[in-house]
Amino acid sequence: MESPDGSSLPDFLELQRTRVLCKADAPTHTEGFQYSGAFAAMGVDTSVSVEKFCKNFKIEINRLTDEDMEFDMIGIDASIANAFRRILIAEVPTMAIEKVFMVDNTSVIADEVLSHRLGLIPLDADPRLFDYISDDVPNERNTIVYKLHVSCEKGSQRLTVKSGQLEWLPEGSQLTMASPAQSGDNQRTYTSFGQSQQNTSERPLDVKYNDITIARLGPGQAIELEAHAVKGVGKVHAKWSPVATAWYRMLPEVVLLKEIKNGDAEELVKKCPVNVFDIEDLGKGEKRAVVAKPRACTLCRECVRLADDQVELRRVRDHFIFTIESTGSLPPEVLFTEAVNILEEKCERVISELS
Amino acid sequence: MPPATSAPDAPVAEGDAEAPPVPTYRSLAAPVSNPVDKFALLPAFLKVRGLVKEHIDSFNYFITKGIKNIVRANNRIEARSDPGIYLEYKNIYIGEPSVQVDFRVETITPHFCRLTDRTYSAPVIVDVEYTVGKTHAKHRKPSFTIGYMPIMLRSYACVLNGKDEAELARYGECPLDPGGYFIVKGTEKVILIQEQLSKNRIIIDTDNKGRVTASVTSSTHEVKSKTVICMDKEKIYLHLNQFTKPIPIIVVMKAMGIETDQEVVQMVGRDPRYGDLLYLSIQECATERIYTQQQALQYMDDKVTYAGAGNIKDGRSKLILRDVFVAHVPVNNGNFQPKCIYTAVMLRRMLDAILNSDTFDDKDYVGNKRLELSGQLVSLLFEDLFKTMNTYAVDRMNKNSDMARSSPLDFSQLIMQQDVITSGLERAISTGNWDIKRFKMHRKGVSQVLSRLSYMASLGYMTRITPQFEKTRKTSGPRALQPSQWGMLCPCDTPEGEACGLTKNLALMTHVTTDQEEGPLRNLCFSLGVEDLSLLSGEEIHAPGSFLVMFNGLILGKHRQPQRFANNMRTFRRSGKIGEFVSVFVNEKQHCIHIASDGGRVCRPLIIADKGRSRVKEHHMKELRDGIRSFDDFLRDGLIEYLDVNEENNALIALYEHVDQDGVQRSSITHIEIEPMTILGVVAGLIPYPHHNQSPRNTYQCAMGKQAMGNIAYNQLFRADSLLYLLVYAQRPLLTTKTIELVGYDKLGAGQNATVAVMSYSGYDIEDAIVMNKSSLDRGFGRCIAMKKYTVTSEKYGDGISDRIAKPQRDRDGVLIKQNMRALDEDGFVAPGQIIRNHDIYVNKQTPKVTNRTPGTALTDRDYRDSPAVYKGVDGETTVVDRVMLCSDTNDKLTIKCIIRHTRRPEVGDKFSSRHGQKGVCGTIVQQEDFPFSEKGICPDLIMNPHGFPSRMTIGKMIELLGGKAGVSCGRFHYGSIFGEPSGNADKVEDISHTLVKHGFSYSGKDFLYSGILGHPLQAYVFMGPIYYQKLKHMVLDKMHARASGPRVLLTRQPTEGRSRDGGLRLGEMERDCLIAYGASMLIFERLLLSSDPYQVQVCRKCGLLGYYNYKLKTSFCSMCKNGENMAKMRMPYACKLLFQELQSMNVVPRLTLTEG
Ligand code: SF4
Repeated sequence: MESPDGSSLPDFLELQRTRVLCKADAPTHTEGFQYSGAFAAMGVDTSVSVEKFCKNFKIEINRLTDEDMEFDMIGIDASIANAFRRILIAEVPTMAIEKVFMVDNTSVIADEVLSHRLGLIPLDADPRLFDYISDDVPNERNTIVYKLHVSCEKGSQRLTVKSGQLEWLPEGSQLTMASPAQSGDNQRTYTSFGQSQQNTSERPLDVKYNDITIARLGPGQAIELEAHAVKGVGKVHAKWSPVATAWYRMLPEVVLLKEIKNGDAEELVKKCPVNVFDIEDLGKGEKRAVVAKPRACTLCRECVRLADDQVELRRVRDHFIFTIESTGSLPPEVLFTEAVNILEEKCERVISELS
Repeated sequence: MPPATSAPDAPVAEGDAEAPPVPTYRSLAAPVSNPVDKFALLPAFLKVRGLVKEHIDSFNYFITKGIKNIVRANNRIEARSDPGIYLEYKNIYIGEPSVQVDFRVETITPHFCRLTDRTYSAPVIVDVEYTVGKTHAKHRKPSFTIGYMPIMLRSYACVLNGKDEAELARYGECPLDPGGYFIVKGTEKVILIQEQLSKNRIIIDTDNKGRVTASVTSSTHEVKSKTVICMDKEKIYLHLNQFTKPIPIIVVMKAMGIETDQEVVQMVGRDPRYGDLLYLSIQECATERIYTQQQALQYMDDKVTYAGAGNIKDGRSKLILRDVFVAHVPVNNGNFQPKCIYTAVMLRRMLDAILNSDTFDDKDYVGNKRLELSGQLVSLLFEDLFKTMNTYAVDRMNKNSDMARSSPLDFSQLIMQQDVITSGLERAISTGNWDIKRFKMHRKGVSQVLSRLSYMASLGYMTRITPQFEKTRKTSGPRALQPSQWGMLCPCDTPEGEACGLTKNLALMTHVTTDQEEGPLRNLCFSLGVEDLSLLSGEEIHAPGSFLVMFNGLILGKHRQPQRFANNMRTFRRSGKIGEFVSVFVNEKQHCIHIASDGGRVCRPLIIADKGRSRVKEHHMKELRDGIRSFDDFLRDGLIEYLDVNEENNALIALYEHVDQDGVQRSSITHIEIEPMTILGVVAGLIPYPHHNQSPRNTYQCAMGKQAMGNIAYNQLFRADSLLYLLVYAQRPLLTTKTIELVGYDKLGAGQNATVAVMSYSGYDIEDAIVMNKSSLDRGFGRCIAMKKYTVTSEKYGDGISDRIAKPQRDRDGVLIKQNMRALDEDGFVAPGQIIRNHDIYVNKQTPKVTNRTPGTALTDRDYRDSPAVYKGVDGETTVVDRVMLCSDTNDKLTIKCIIRHTRRPEVGDKFSSRHGQKGVCGTIVQQEDFPFSEKGICPDLIMNPHGFPSRMTIGKMIELLGGKAGVSCGRFHYGSIFGEPSGNADKVEDISHTLVKHGFSYSGKDFLYSGILGHPLQAYVFMGPIYYQKLKHMVLDKMHARASGPRVLLTRQPTEGRSRDGGLRLGEMERDCLIAYGASMLIFERLLLSSDPYQVQVCRKCGLLGYYNYKLKTSFCSMCKNGENMAKMRMPYACKLLFQELQSMNVVPRLTLTEG
């Protein structure tokens, strides 16, 4: 990296600063130089400034579907990239079933286990439209109510209960609490909805996937329950995590240390399981190995396993290939912006605490 | 829902059509010339013989043959006064399992018995003929029940016998349950296999004084005795309990009619060295001036221990020689010759051993052992009880015949009058005490409760062999691994600690024989050219080149062409003319051929090879796979035979079809192993790659596999065990073995495949602790259900008065009067599905205040007092009532069984283990975002410290990790059976690594990980992949305990002991020593007195005895001095005061001498 005043680091130091070297036995220079003045004596300033960051920072989206996305995040420190990853896993809120009211469960699966399974079902509800539930009564702004009532007739085949059979109750709970204190009172239910959620939400708040197996019922068995979903974060329980997982890897860089020709070249091409290398025809029957798709490298280290003087494997320290797999409540790109917002909030909190 | 954090771009399962591996040096060296895949024989074997077939076989033998033999031997009882009055048993058989309820017979199923605490038993039915009345008219009565016998599950008499899966399900039975146990009073009891030294065989050994001895434990139906011949100071003596002193052996020979010394020497053998060794013994006899049989008997008569009635010793010794001395050798019509020859052979073998120490017998050699199975044990018990019943009937008849009666009793009324057989059998099996005076048998712990902790635990119980020796002996001999155990007993599966090496387990293909008819075999031997001994002179017996033929320990005769005779016998066996378990063993050293058909020998099937060429060919295997051929057909066609440990010594067994190699000629190979992996037992068989582990690790895993939680049986949710641990999401191992598939562990797994990273993390992973991923736990990893049974009996007090179950009491507004009744249903029992907390009532029982009311008056509510059953649980835990079961027990009392379920997620301190003896507790639980993650986004479920590897040397675990990782990437279960690499039953590391590379992983299984906390890559590649982890039953929740102040023992006023009583933690003598050494006197004082049992006493300074404090007069008083003048107050432990008082009560006066402090 060019420093503003034009002086630069010697090559080997520059390599150490910007690359992780993946040797056959162990990676080296994994942590990089944190201190901005590490090379001050050499006249190189490696501090991060906002302008520098703005100039260098880039995001390139490679793939984007409803469920997952892959994008490159270039020009950022590992700690910040990691912060996004951590926030995605643990701090972006979602809705998940938290309370289950069992009316009847004669299936072989125990109540607690059934509730646990229900909790892990991803819901198609935008958590931004809801509040966290505190001590107050569940209402339409913090709770989604589902009902499950399935039974398997005597004498019929075994039945598989799928998540699609969870029925959204926009009007709130239908279960009544113990007998009313005074007759004439309305039967109290476990929620007090002010209005139907149908009015507040433009799409039905169903489960995201209809084919998740919840339980199996034998003839004569039945399940009747009501499930209340609330807002929460993955830190508390993994069921609230909005991502199946989110992670990044550093951009691979594969360098040929010397010219590799003919037989050796073919051997090298054959070694790589993901075809990182290719053959270039030099004419006159001469062939040469070239690095064609370094990005595909999975770091299996096959190319350096037996001889490590041909190829060097490196990782670009500030280039992250970031993958987000959403569980479905929000599209992955929204999740990322949410994560950014949360980080921003945290920063603001720190600043306000300090000032 | 799988616990593993989701793996992104999870590879789609591909067929993974790998090219056949490139031939390497090893694959060429493993000599599989034309590899016939013989593996299919194993499942076929298990189908016919089953995992616990030896138990079932032996019990079947007993109920079909043994019981009939017993009754036939004792089939007639007659009145002593009038032999005309008799009863004769014509037939005996076992009926269908049933129970008598109010004069009705109802058939029962095993599961019904488990749930209702009944005994699963069937009637023992006899057909009898007896005399009635004064005229002694003969009466016949078929189907007469003399008692009920507990029935082994899956035996012929069991309702489950021969049922298929669907039918078993209808009976509420798990199809994978092997059977082979009994159900007595609702508990499942196994009669363990008992190991014994074989009976009726000569054992040459040295005793503890270093003397050479030849001993025989004789055992026939009538007598059991032990004969020892011993060489002391170069003279040979007979030791027998019936004689006070050792008897010179030559005297014994003379007493049996061999009067000349020459004859004795001839019988022993003509070799002059024998004569030299016998010289001193002969001389001793001569100095005693014993030359004739008469003199010898007289000499012996003097040494008899107990004279018979009237103190007549005369002739006793002859009887002893006939009935006790080597009792299994019969004396017919006073012909002592067989006994003489037997003694001579014993002598000869002893002298051989002196001349050549190679010929000593090894007591630990498995061929010298016999295993006693449940059939034999129950048979002994039954024989005893049957005889007892008959003698009892005879006694009663005699008593009655004294009285003049109009209609004399007949036996049929007497034999059933009490349930000797029913209660005797039931008591023995349920207590495990085999006390049979008639056979001098006193054994404890013969039967044990079948452990249902895991499927493996119960299978392990069924194959366990318990030793007969006391366990405290320090000798290493019997504990060491015997080479002859190969293939018969599992080399790994033995407990640690005192029973180490003594308690063993059967290997996978072992079969234990049952008795076989002797007569036809004996005749066959003679027709094959065995010369009868009675026709031979002493000289001829040991003629060079001819071998003695021993049949079940008896000398049958001799044969001039031993090898030919043995081959003939084996041909007969292979063609099925004689039983498949008859063993023919040519002992070159002893010049003997041993034919054995007795029960209790261990044997295993092997493929017969002709000159090294396997008889089992590919077309046979194809027929087997197509279902045309069964395992028995292989036996019948002479392709496979059973060899016992002795006969194995005549065989050369190759692991695989073999070419000439390592100096072994192919043509000399006689048998080929079916599968090398059958060397292990059931429990050790679930370890992957055990042949790569350090051997004790496999042993540890065998102990731990039995503690792992998982699925127990298909009917686990309908069982009523007192404690049941289940894993919520049990999985089958990714890295399996063939044994796992054979025994059904893949259907009833006890663990989960966890993605493990081998690295250090956080410092909470020292000493084998593991770090767990919280998200994995959230998603269900290691989640388990603990079900506990609470039983309440509603007592009956007679007169129709009994306990009652009351509705939960409510006040006028319908509110419960007590909060802890909230879990109750309206009927007074706890409601299934209710959450039940500590101190909640689960059965609202009431007991009548008085139990002897005048009949007729009804009890009112006021006559009852509350005696509810209160649940004692852990505060803050949510437990749920799973089921409530009502049944009436055998005494017709109402029994209420509440099963309370607790679902637990792993917490810090819970114990986990892999399948390689690597146990560890959960050290800490870490958020997923803090966990490292790989290039592919995989985040481990748990982190294990690499320090667990170097000292344990469990390479198998590393290979399991590699294989598991390859397995998940290519979508094929990988195998790791023991010694399976050459035969393809285990994947080779090289192939696994290639699969890994193909799917983008490193060849060595190490991944490039990023730190979850800092975000940068870790400085090392980390070995990561799935390993099958077991959750063990030891959980913190059941063990954690602390208390401040709490309950005290009434007597000593010291804090109670033990967690269950909320006891204190003891400051023991060692801790006290530490404090003394440190000089922390105040701390000792505080711990031992103030925090324990401080007490204020009044001491009389004058007499030194304890006084008392009179609260009314506010003075202390000495009751000894009768005044209160010299009283002093002091503090001492209450236990100390108690001691003084107790001493006083024993007339010891403890006086305290006080000084001013
Ligand atoms: S490390 Fe593996 S994937 Fe990367 S270039 Fe080398 S062989 Fe190819």
